[in-house]
Amino acid sequence: MSSHKESWGSRVGLVLAMAGNAVGLGNFLRFPVQAVNNGGGAFIIPYLVSFLVMGIPLLWIEWSMGRFGGKSGNHSTPYILDSMAKRNFWKYFGVFGIWTNLAVAAYYCYIESWTMSYVFHSIARTFDGMSQLEVANFFTNYVDVSTTTTGIPFEAPIFYILCLLLNTWILSKGLSHGVERTAKIGMPLLIVFGLFLAIRGWTLGTSGATAEHPDANAIAGMNFLWDPQYESLSDPSVWLAAAGQIFFTLSVGMGTIHCYAAYVRPKDDIALNAMSAGWMNEFVEVVLGSSIVIPIAAGYLGLDWVRDNASFGMAFQTMPFLFENWGPFLAAMAGIFWFGLLFFAGITSSLAMGTPWMGFMRDEFGFSREKGAWSFGGIVLLLGIPTVLFYNYGVFNEYDYWAGTVSLVIFALAESIIFSWIYGIEKGWAEITSGADIRVPGFYKPILKYITPLFLLFVFVGSVFSPLDGNWTEALQSLFSGGGWPLDNGSLIKQVLNTGLREQIVQATDAVARETLETQLFFINGSRFLLMAVFLGICGLVYVAYRKRMKGGTT
Amino acid sequence: MTTAAWLTMILTMGIVTAFSAYFFWRVLNTPNKTDSENQ
Repeated sequence: MSSHKESWGSRVGLVLAMAGNAVGLGNFLRFPVQAVNNGGGAFIIPYLVSFLVMGIPLLWIEWSMGRFGGKSGNHSTPYILDSMAKRNFWKYFGVFGIWTNLAVAAYYCYIESWTMSYVFHSIARTFDGMSQLEVANFFTNYVDVSTTTTGIPFEAPIFYILCLLLNTWILSKGLSHGVERTAKIGMPLLIVFGLFLAIRGWTLGTSGATAEHPDANAIAGMNFLWDPQYESLSDPSVWLAAAGQIFFTLSVGMGTIHCYAAYVRPKDDIALNAMSAGWMNEFVEVVLGSSIVIPIAAGYLGLDWVRDNASFGMAFQTMPFLFENWGPFLAAMAGIFWFGLLFFAGITSSLAMGTPWMGFMRDEFGFSREKGAWSFGGIVLLLGIPTVLFYNYGVFNEYDYWAGTVSLVIFALAESIIFSWIYGIEKGWAEITSGADIRVPGFYKPILKYITPLFLLFVFVGSVFSPLDGNWTEALQSLFSGGGWPLDNGSLIKQVLNTGLREQIVQATDAVARETLETQLFFINGSRFLLMAVFLGICGLVYVAYRKRMKGGTT
Repeated sequence: MTTAAWLTMILTMGIVTAFSAYFFWRVLNTPNKTDSENQ
């Protein structure tokens, strides 16, 4: 453990850094798509319920676990869990809180680098005069390293390395002078950029209608997003989608909140800070996130297009084309604002991902801040280069699935059980309310103990046994009529077995297509091997640290 | 937009904005205990 005294420079800086950690690209791209696909305005009911019974409790759990760890000089999850659970096993489970960040940073920095590159192209007016298809193809070419036609050779790897260098450099400046300063600049700018674009989305109306898209109407897009389809509330997959969205938007289950909170001084509040950071993230997601992509796209391309094409890719494949309708100056500004906003959303999150590794190496192996930051950058580069070079072979998605989805749910479920059942809810409650600047409602005690773990179990089981096409009603009918449980290829079980891809290989009639799919399978298995190797490597480091502590008599 | 869509949107955005502003205002106006002890 370490006795270094690094801490946050100010309370506002801490809250902005925590909010920045939570606010990511998903706030602007994932939330509106999830809402339109899961009941429109009615989606907000399971979404807010999930926030209240799962999101807020998890925020309090992670903030209090972090501050608890920081008191004894532990700034990463292996030894935070170890000090709370007092069993050898848990410190190895805590490896998730470092591994997830390294693996997610590896591909997340790639998305972040796209936003950097698109800011550059917005300034350079690259998209001027391009058709919708040409803008979409620009992105396709960008991620295909072998056929880059954007005018810069090997543009994707170059921007990726630049982005990673920037992250590493900021991390090497430390918590107060690096991370906190970036959040203090980035978060207000993000909100200003977001408001500018949201106002454009709101005031667009039918002015974007053309002969090609005569029904284009931004308000129809908002109606599509907010009109409640209450019948969707009886569908478990809608509840799962809402819980999943809350989960990912708050960046819980990663280990970053623990690490940031470990630098909060022992007597200082965490209850109010957690609420402020959490609600700030909700503001950005619900108010700004819902007012940009969908209305602007519906305002120029019509509701039918949005209904068929609403996806993450719209940010890069469609938005630059739409901005061109605003004239040269405003198009450039909108491009800078949109991709700048996504960049700040991204970098405030990726910086958070560097701190658990740095905290662990500093606590256990005495790494300096600079050494910790550059070793983080080096590992992320090695892990991330395959996602850049073999993006089209599914490596990127594989990282996202295991590190950015599955491990978060597993870790959050485990930490909620440790906190409420192993450490004990009474001690846990005392930890949350210690130094609190707000009155934490007493009804949250049973929620923390029973509802949050059950909710997380529901999310986990839902992902392990996802029914075919997400249709729970038909799956239950099939189960009770003796037809078994029809698993979807997106379920965890079938993902492990690569069932979907193997089926495609069997069905492929063309030899070239089959070879491509087989190559994809090879890369997917390779990326799993790489991720597993990194996980085991960190387990090895935790073991070495444990031996060191044993020798030093500190465990 | 339908009335239901307007209501859902205004209510949701209102709740989220109000809570977000309230908690941030509290953070701005409440010094850390360690800071106030040190003064």
